[in-house]
Amino acid sequence: MIQIQNVSKWYGSFQVLTDCTTAIQKGEVVVVCGPSGSGKSTLIKTVNALEPIDNGDILVDGTSVVHPKTDLPKLRSKVGMVFQHFELFPHLTVTENLTLAQIKVLQRNQEEAKNRGLKILERVGLSAHKDKFPSQLSGGQQQRVAIARALSMDPIVMLFDEPTSALDPEMVGEVLDVMVQLANEGMTMICVTHEMGFAKRVSDRVIFMDQGRIVEDCQKDVFFGDSDSRTPRAQDFLRKILQH
Amino acid sequence: MNLDFSFITGDLLVNYIWGGLKYSVLLTLVAMAGGIVLGTLLAMMRLSGIRALEWPASLYVNTIRSIPLVMVILWFFLLVPFIIGRPIGAENSAYFTFIIFEAAYFAEIMRAGIQSVPKGQTYAGYAIGLTYGQTMQFIVLPQAFRNMLPVLLTQTIILFQDTSLVYAIGAYDLLKGFEVVGKNFNRPVETYLVATVVYFVICFSLSMLVRRLQKKITIIR
Repeated sequence: MIQIQNVSKWYGSFQVLTDCTTAIQKGEVVVVCGPSGSGKSTLIKTVNALEPIDNGDILVDGTSVVHPKTDLPKLRSKVGMVFQHFELFPHLTVTENLTLAQIKVLQRNQEEAKNRGLKILERVGLSAHKDKFPSQLSGGQQQRVAIARALSMDPIVMLFDEPTSALDPEMVGEVLDVMVQLANEGMTMICVTHEMGFAKRVSDRVIFMDQGRIVEDCQKDVFFGDSDSRTPRAQDFLRKILQH
Repeated sequence: MNLDFSFITGDLLVNYIWGGLKYSVLLTLVAMAGGIVLGTLLAMMRLSGIRALEWPASLYVNTIRSIPLVMVILWFFLLVPFIIGRPIGAENSAYFTFIIFEAAYFAEIMRAGIQSVPKGQTYAGYAIGLTYGQTMQFIVLPQAFRNMLPVLLTQTIILFQDTSLVYAIGAYDLLKGFEVVGKNFNRPVETYLVATVVYFVICFSLSMLVRRLQKKITIIR
């Protein structure tokens, strides 16, 4: 469903991504991990062209994100994205956050959009908060609304960019629960995260990045189970992150 | 000096002042609305990252901000009849002048306002499929306006004071009304005193309103 082909990117003279190639199948849950500055957030943002790339190509459902004729807003409307800092729209209510793009992009009418939004809000367990503003919600609740906002567009794939990194520890669980539920329903997901518990439980594959390169790209069981065959860099990362 | 205010009656206010006040207020509102619309466009041009848009917008803003308002008022009044071939009257001339002039100031306020909205909000707008225009319209500008509302209103108060400069082209505004009264009754000191008080009361109450609004906005955030 998503092909990432020989993608490279520079910030000035600094190369953030070097020749990254991988593919994500429909229904697959892929966790991207690696030390900070390894380019994992940049890589995931290239999938919906929030970060332009300098070399290579990315196909989403057969459409190239770099082709000049590609209708990027349309492509992005099919790709759900969840940010580290939620990025809910603070001047809109929860319901308005969920319906805005449905109405403006998918041309759904007010009624349809609201029904769809409220149904998804119920799925993330926040129906009671539909008329509140984001600032009246906890971090965990805000992130669940952000997931609901992305889902209300009926995306074909969901991108998660460190969705739990900005949360207080006691709120990580509620967000991960929603993600697990999504994965179990068969949603195609790419998750940049340090939550190795989540990776072990629901992911199909793990991609490990270091210094802008994809160093490991293997099945979950291989990544966590057969540690001797991992690169030293990945072993070192796993040791550090699993210690706690 | 003996001050005598007895000549100021209700009839006098209706006959001389009311029309001037209406014009001053209308000029302020028109210049504010036009200035904000034009200023927002200029701010978006300056932040577009496209040099062909940035450059003219910067030139416009910096040029206007470097010229005293009273000169813009005069030049516009003198030049426009030349360009369009017929006089347009002092009052109408002032509408255009003030929109053009205030746009430069509102542009800088809106630029700061747009920059006060975190970049992540724009990304979030793009990510759900909104275009640049939609992201601006529904996500960035509403927040920019909200953040900048106190500054926008403060600028409007200054604008109201500045409208008195239309005396340079003889337009009949609030100040002109008082001036005419002063001349007709031969009481210039008293009328200018009253004019000062009127301007003060209007501007000070508006400032108070802005301050209350500012507190309210801080609470919402």
